[in-house]
Amino acid sequence: MGQLPNLNEFMRISRRILAGLATASLAVSVTSCGGGSDTSGSFDDTVTVGILHSLSGTMAISESTLVDTEKMAIAEINAAGGVTVGGKSYKIEYIVEDGASDWPTFAEKSKKLIDQDGVPVVFGGWTSASRKAMLPVYESKDAFLYYPIQYEAQECSNNIFYTGASPNQQSEPATDFMYKRSPAAGKPFFLVGSDYVFPRTSNTITKEQLKSLGGKVVGEDYLPLGNTEVAPIISKIKKALAPSGGGVIINTLNGDQNVAFFKQIQDAGITPSNGYYVMNYSIAEEEISTIGPEFLEGHYGAWNYMMSIDTPESKKFAADFKALYGSDRVVADPQESAYNMVYLWKQAVEDAGTFENSAVREALVGQTFDAPQGPVEVMPNHHLAQTVRIGLIKPEGGFEILEETDGVVFPQAWNQFEPSSKGYACDWTDPSKGERYKL
Amino acid sequence: MLLDSLFNGVAIGSVLLVAALGLAIVFGLMGVINLAHGELMMLGAYTTYVTQLIFKLPLLKPYYNAYVIVSIFVAFIVSGVVGILLEKTVIRKLYGSPLETLLATWGVSLILQQFVRSIPLAYGTGLVISLIIGLFLPSVFSSKVKESINFKYVKFSSWIIAALAGVLSGNLISSSVSKLSRASARNVDVTAPSWMRGQVEILGTAFPKTRLMIIIITLISVIAITLFLNQSAWGMRIRAVTQNREMSDCLGISTEKVDVLTFGIGSGLAGVAGVAVSLLGSVGPNVGGNYIVGCFMVVVLGGVGNLLGTIFASFGIGIMTDLIGAGRLLSIWPDMPLPLSNTVNFFATTSMARVMIFALIVIFLQFKPTGLFPQKGRMVEN
Repeated sequence: MGQLPNLNEFMRISRRILAGLATASLAVSVTSCGGGSDTSGSFDDTVTVGILHSLSGTMAISESTLVDTEKMAIAEINAAGGVTVGGKSYKIEYIVEDGASDWPTFAEKSKKLIDQDGVPVVFGGWTSASRKAMLPVYESKDAFLYYPIQYEAQECSNNIFYTGASPNQQSEPATDFMYKRSPAAGKPFFLVGSDYVFPRTSNTITKEQLKSLGGKVVGEDYLPLGNTEVAPIISKIKKALAPSGGGVIINTLNGDQNVAFFKQIQDAGITPSNGYYVMNYSIAEEEISTIGPEFLEGHYGAWNYMMSIDTPESKKFAADFKALYGSDRVVADPQESAYNMVYLWKQAVEDAGTFENSAVREALVGQTFDAPQGPVEVMPNHHLAQTVRIGLIKPEGGFEILEETDGVVFPQAWNQFEPSSKGYACDWTDPSKGERYKL
Repeated sequence: MLLDSLFNGVAIGSVLLVAALGLAIVFGLMGVINLAHGELMMLGAYTTYVTQLIFKLPLLKPYYNAYVIVSIFVAFIVSGVVGILLEKTVIRKLYGSPLETLLATWGVSLILQQFVRSIPLAYGTGLVISLIIGLFLPSVFSSKVKESINFKYVKFSSWIIAALAGVLSGNLISSSVSKLSRASARNVDVTAPSWMRGQVEILGTAFPKTRLMIIIITLISVIAITLFLNQSAWGMRIRAVTQNREMSDCLGISTEKVDVLTFGIGSGLAGVAGVAVSLLGSVGPNVGGNYIVGCFMVVVLGGVGNLLGTIFASFGIGIMTDLIGAGRLLSIWPDMPLPLSNTVNFFATTSMARVMIFALIVIFLQFKPTGLFPQKGRMVEN
């Protein structure tokens, strides 16, 4: 009983402290606002957008690079005069929320950004699980999410804009290359991935594609997320591929599981010099430098953007990023996607003449942008038409680009190799077609 | 074929064993549920990384090839000292209340994870150095000094020296190794020296050298800890206290010292496990969390309070993982009846093998709840 008054006393004091703190911080923010408007006096107004990635937990390492890139794109747009809507110039401001590598948190923070902060657009997500968790929120509130990661597709929402590659813009050209033109052409395939939705869907597509090409899949295994014991997988790979003197390994492992995988396959003699070639869908420049190029040398990757693209746009993108965040940083495909989507949003808003969602959505389709990877265009299925490149990992890190498609590859939201979605497409510009219609 | 399978099983098992060995002592002998065990492993793994970078400095470059060996000892000391600190500050107050220990150590594990994320490793190293000096400097003084009234001040001043040494070494490392001077949540990578990479051929079958190295580390740890527990005076005291705490206390054994020592050794072994694990995968804040479930599984299956049980359990699980996960049953018995071979095939993936092994362990524990080798005799707790 004696504790109760004490608690009340404590509450009163802490409330007073809180009130004091609030006034203090208000004062600070007022002054900082005043300071801000002095330097950027040329804007008529501001617009606040949402950025939602994991800043803590397992995914923080990858997702924080996207936050950096999105901030850079916003700063660039602001420096060039901001967004002009209806004759007024708007400075872009942003609220960064932490998804904490926890999928329900992504949905919760999305609600907060839409309802409480009233942002017109959210740039966010990385894992498919986080996107699947956010999708119902955006659909029920008719808000708009821009999602920058290459993914397994088989989804087409009116409320999501997908700027990463769909499978026919990454895994299909890569499988084609490995089967027809790589040093292991014609040899059997082994599929390895982490145990979650992207690797399993992607591998189903690869299997169907190889069936139609006449290739052979001799094995498939999935490593539970967080598990780094790859010894059983290695003995399976050896058993399956050794009779044909090597072969192709399609790798969709996630994050640091790659480190364990590549360290141990090298020790087990599964190397390019012995006829084993790994095609990777989740290893970009960033991952090459963390895993160590000495383990990856001679293996392959497939992306839309690679840092070694020799164009002024690509070099400027990399140089700007390094200038802002340090010379040891690298840019990779997911970052390029994140960069593009901020610019595409800006263009769509300017064309629509409003921040209002349904108008922006209409204006978005057909937008083109000279991205670091080359020209891209937004298609009616809310995906991006983009170039596909196959790269060989160099001993010093980074990719040597071996092949690139002539012009852009058009995205397929519904895969044409997978029997359940064959013959379907998505078109949001035509109300009678929508999410999934028969071709 | 059979040799290959056996080797794989032993290789998987030895990773489990080296990781669980420290826990077998802390949980098995002392009954402390230490959820921070995985994070003590993580500290060991980070120690390997730091040692590797320090051995790349010009002064130590000629000895670079030996850094893995050195880091085994360094990791033992680092994790051991952090463990001792943990025992002295948190666990000592919670003996006999397992639920509170569980919560408190879980909290400690979160703190340690965040610690490596947000503190630059150079200063983390400095902190550990000052801890080592602070804990051990007072014990170098002769007993004459210790008995004098001023020993309190001696102890206090040695902590000042320790703090200074920590700051100094932290700054020294951060200025000479730029990779350690910034905090980063990024996973880092330990590269084995060239003599440990590749494979070695034994009886016509090729074995990865890193796996052999881990088996050797495990073997040495097991032998050393068995010898220590069974042959040394302190080992005898530890066993005495585990069997009957009050009686040992009455007979003049300082149970407090024994607790610190036992916990320190258990934590130190976690550090050694960290070195082993860092050779296989990458080093990150979550590396320990990936192993903690496996560790508890091994100790419970083996029978709490019994090292032999832990050894059998980990090799058992290792061989089972390989037999089921790599689909070896089919190649041993190729003309299996169809329904059976379909079932075997279904479980022949890494994730399903894990499910299968967990299920088998649960079934086994239904019949033998005290594990493979239950401790016999009257326990003091009941």
